[in-house]
Amino acid sequence: MPERKTLRTCANIVLAISLVMISFGFLGIKINQTKAPVPSSFLIDLCKKVGTPITIIGAVLLVAAIIAGNTTMQRRTKLFDYFPYLLIIPAVAFLVVFVVYPMFNVIYLSLFNGTVMNPTKSWMGINNFKMIFVVKRDFITSLKNTAVYTAAMVIGLIALSLVFALWLQKDRKINNVAQTVFFTPHLVASISCAFIFQWIMSGQSYGLFNTILRAFGFQKIDWLNNPDTAMACIILMNLWKNIGYHTLIIMSALKSIPNEIYEAAELDNAGTLRTFFKITLPLLSPQIFFLLITITTGSFKVFDSINVMTGGGPGDATEVLARYIYKYAFTLNKLGVASAAGVALMVILILVTLIDFKGLEKKVHYQ
Amino acid sequence: MTDKEFRAEQRRRRIRNYLPHLPGDILKILAMVIFVFPFYWMVITSFKTLNESISVPPTMFPFTFNTEAYYIVVTKMNWWSYVRNTVIITISVIVLQLLVMVPASYAFAKFRFYGAGVFFGTVLIAFMIPTQITFITTYLTMADWKLLKTLWPQIIPFGANAFGIFMLRQSFKQIPDEIVESAKLDKASEVQIMTRILLPMSKSAMITIALFSFVGHWNSYFWPLVMSTSEEVRPLTIAIEKLKEIEYGIQWPQIMAGNTLLVLPVVILYIFASKKIIQAFAYRGVK
Repeated sequence: MPERKTLRTCANIVLAISLVMISFGFLGIKINQTKAPVPSSFLIDLCKKVGTPITIIGAVLLVAAIIAGNTTMQRRTKLFDYFPYLLIIPAVAFLVVFVVYPMFNVIYLSLFNGTVMNPTKSWMGINNFKMIFVVKRDFITSLKNTAVYTAAMVIGLIALSLVFALWLQKDRKINNVAQTVFFTPHLVASISCAFIFQWIMSGQSYGLFNTILRAFGFQKIDWLNNPDTAMACIILMNLWKNIGYHTLIIMSALKSIPNEIYEAAELDNAGTLRTFFKITLPLLSPQIFFLLITITTGSFKVFDSINVMTGGGPGDATEVLARYIYKYAFTLNKLGVASAAGVALMVILILVTLIDFKGLEKKVHYQ
Repeated sequence: MTDKEFRAEQRRRRIRNYLPHLPGDILKILAMVIFVFPFYWMVITSFKTLNESISVPPTMFPFTFNTEAYYIVVTKMNWWSYVRNTVIITISVIVLQLLVMVPASYAFAKFRFYGAGVFFGTVLIAFMIPTQITFITTYLTMADWKLLKTLWPQIIPFGANAFGIFMLRQSFKQIPDEIVESAKLDKASEVQIMTRILLPMSKSAMITIALFSFVGHWNSYFWPLVMSTSEEVRPLTIAIEKLKEIEYGIQWPQIMAGNTLLVLPVVILYIFASKKIIQAFAYRGVK
């Protein structure tokens, strides 16, 4: 039916326009509330002048687009046409207020020099970004540290969890017990783990690592206060905490590989290594890619363990992005710089997710 | 061959068959000891005196079981107020998420409506944007709403659980449409369809989601660190972290006592339902 199709296309266009209008109008309302003078340009002035009416018109258009679009849907009953909208309103409202709005607002705040009490004290433009990328070195350092941590976690966790999963693969009692035990740290609060490892890696003589060193006749090392060892210690603790979970994922994937494939490989006299690289690994690739995404995005936001164990120290040796944002927002009270760093983190996370999904489409073998 | 000889032979064979496993199993037990040791250490340190906790070399077992650290932690701090906060936050978050998530997942799974893609897009965005980015704005919003001195900032931002909506939608989709249709023919209300048909049929997804919310919010540290600006709204994790700042250096027994009490509920839950919990986590990874 051509009319239905045209109506639907119109509704799509109106929907897109209304979303743009609402964003534009809302920006205008926000600028009007801002105390600091925002440099004027034609677009900004227009935005300020028509903020409220444009938002209202946009909202009306949105509703109109939905009503029009909804009449084009093919359904068996007409009874509950608008019922699903009622169902999703609470969820969408929460998501808009606590995720979508903050996502855009962090970009807005990054253009100002502000404090927690007065988030938009004075206009900075892109100076905050210049500040973190060019003027100050501490942001680049924290970016580097985060990258090192992430790389170590990705390689370490995937390699170790593969080894553990293959090792515990057979259905035996001891393997089940071992799996249960290895998984425990994942459920425990990261701050508890961090405190325990603070003792294990304590610089004092009573720390476990130093006790072991002494037993072999070495000098004690201040593990967490030494720039050379601090990051390695954090990585070690997080490996210990997360290995069980990742082993579990790989293992449940391993168990879903049908036995016939292995039997066929055995008939063809394929060696153990060959079977692993030619059969097991390709068949595991969807799970490994899933882990790749979750480990990278998870590692980029690491905060808890580092804040408790080293507090970003010594110096900047274990400063990471999430802690950098927190530090600038609440300790140093420089909201603009924190928001700029937040924007950088957001861009990285979105890029990583997109790249991972691209890779997922291309390389992953699905059965 | 007598019965006795037969049994001896059998036993010998079993041992012979097991023998190749022995080195691997010893290694496994060793690995398990390494994994459990930190927790063992946490518990025994909590029973030590301060002097013993920093003695060189460290003692692997306390001389006397000293409960003083627990006594200090529970009585000298507002321990019960922290426990109450953590419990209130965790339960409220789970209940609120349930109320928001079930209708939304029902709509996304079983209705065809215009704009579903756009609305579901907000759920996917929530997957990508972590709290480490949203906290600044949410803090300002909460300050605007004058809620900072209450527990709300630690509850309502988690009202819509993106992971939960995603998973529950997946689970609802697997339920055949005919079941929902026939319930409608029988004049079941929409609420009844949700609570009597869809929910009982997606029990494992529900358990998984609730479990994640429980573990996540019981253990959460970053969000409360930002949002609990006053003593009365502090949850357990923040209170325990503050133990570090007690005078006369680090009080290991007290810190470990606090952590033991924090970890205990989760570990007890795990001991009783380890199979279910492991299944739930595996379920999340495979989907």
